[in-house]
Amino acid sequence: MAKRVGMEVSIAIGEVVKLANADVIAAYPITPQTHIVEHLAELVADGELDAQYIPVESEHSAMSACLGSAAVGARTFTTTAGQGLELMHEVLYIASSMQLPLVMMVANRALSSPLSVWNDQSDAMAVRDTGWIQIFVENGQEVVDNVLCAFHLAGDQRVLLPVMIHLDGFFLTHMVEPILLPEQSEVDNFLPLHQYPLPLHPDKPVTMGTFAPPVVYSEIKKAQEMRLEASKEVILECWKEFGNHFKRYYSPVESYHSEDADTLLLTLGSSSETAMIAIDKMRGEGRKVGLVRIRLWRPFPFEEIRQAVKDAEVLIVLDKAISFGGPGGVVCSEIRSALYNQSKRPKVISFVGGLGGRDISPQGFEEIINKGVEISQKGSEREFEMFGVRE
Amino acid sequence: MTKPESEITWKDVDIGGIVTEPGNAVQYKTGEWRSQRPIFDKDKCTKCGLCYLYCPEGCIYQTDDGYFEVDLFYCKGCGICANECPPKASAITMVEEEE
Repeated sequence: MAKRVGMEVSIAIGEVVKLANADVIAAYPITPQTHIVEHLAELVADGELDAQYIPVESEHSAMSACLGSAAVGARTFTTTAGQGLELMHEVLYIASSMQLPLVMMVANRALSSPLSVWNDQSDAMAVRDTGWIQIFVENGQEVVDNVLCAFHLAGDQRVLLPVMIHLDGFFLTHMVEPILLPEQSEVDNFLPLHQYPLPLHPDKPVTMGTFAPPVVYSEIKKAQEMRLEASKEVILECWKEFGNHFKRYYSPVESYHSEDADTLLLTLGSSSETAMIAIDKMRGEGRKVGLVRIRLWRPFPFEEIRQAVKDAEVLIVLDKAISFGGPGGVVCSEIRSALYNQSKRPKVISFVGGLGGRDISPQGFEEIINKGVEISQKGSEREFEMFGVRE
Repeated sequence: MTKPESEITWKDVDIGGIVTEPGNAVQYKTGEWRSQRPIFDKDKCTKCGLCYLYCPEGCIYQTDDGYFEVDLFYCKGCGICANECPPKASAITMVEEEE
């Protein structure tokens, strides 16, 4: 049976990558992800994890090394944050379009300038279109569980795509939390052997990363899109199988007190649990408020989102990233798109907040909800509100 | 991919666009890029083979009688062969491709 341990979430990630028996880790340390790579380097150096640890000179090289590793069929892991993810940017597209299965943790961090090591989700939103499966988690246990699911998914023959897990830097990476770490035997029962169907091997030569002229490029892109869309069924199946093994269940969109709510708040990541405190308090005061959280960001869960918000009058979306000169938040913009053609849909109000590590307290979420309801009734001159900014 | 490129549908694309058939670049018709083609004059040719050596596409070959010919499936019409043919011979001329 799994033991409940008190552990820093970053260390727990190292431990679960060890349990998943990763073959190759190529990573470059960057705050707030550093403890993850430090711990993995230690596990490999101490002989506790039989893996190749590749120290690289940059994140661009880290992701490039991961491509090579995944291409020979090794179970591959990396992790980064903020500027590091941006430096990887062009290589991220190559991982997904070449269908190289690997797993990456992103310790979400604000982007420079001004330099900030603190959390928001600007880095995550900047890699929205890279073709990876992307999952947001809310606490340490979800991180551990979803790392196992990510390895399971990435290597599934029907998927064969890279998987990115977003966890909020510091808010999650540096927390000491009670975590159920599974036994090795439990992990071995859940996680199949990693077998890439067409690995680079001299006995059966293949060509990867070829050039494509205009006459076939679009066909290859459509194949990529269809594969990412089709991965959703496998993701659902994977979470179900995980639930059967470990009795913890995940779904693409999760709701909290949303059944009869007229006002809904939508969040991604660790702020969801703080928002629940506000929801509890407001429910106690007789307010019909609820919370909707997106766990699966790509492929986007259209049906689940429509289902989750269809009966609400107001939907307030909190983005922890800003789309400059645009509609405000990327998440809100996507939610609006998903709902636009629905005959019955809530008014959608966009808030941007929690940037560069600015904390949003339960009281803050209460203010966001109240202000959102007010805007839904009176309107606003702006496309979106920035929460908590001194005027 | 055994189908011609223009007939490949998205369902035919292998995992990650991986090419499982080694050496299939020979199926790629680079001759379509050509706007000029080389014409070889056997009366002037001294069989020196400079055109064969300089051709960047490797599409000039020697025939049994020792003269040289070009494989127009691959020839991009760069004109290097005509340029390298010694002035005393000038056995290769480039002519415009008709539409």
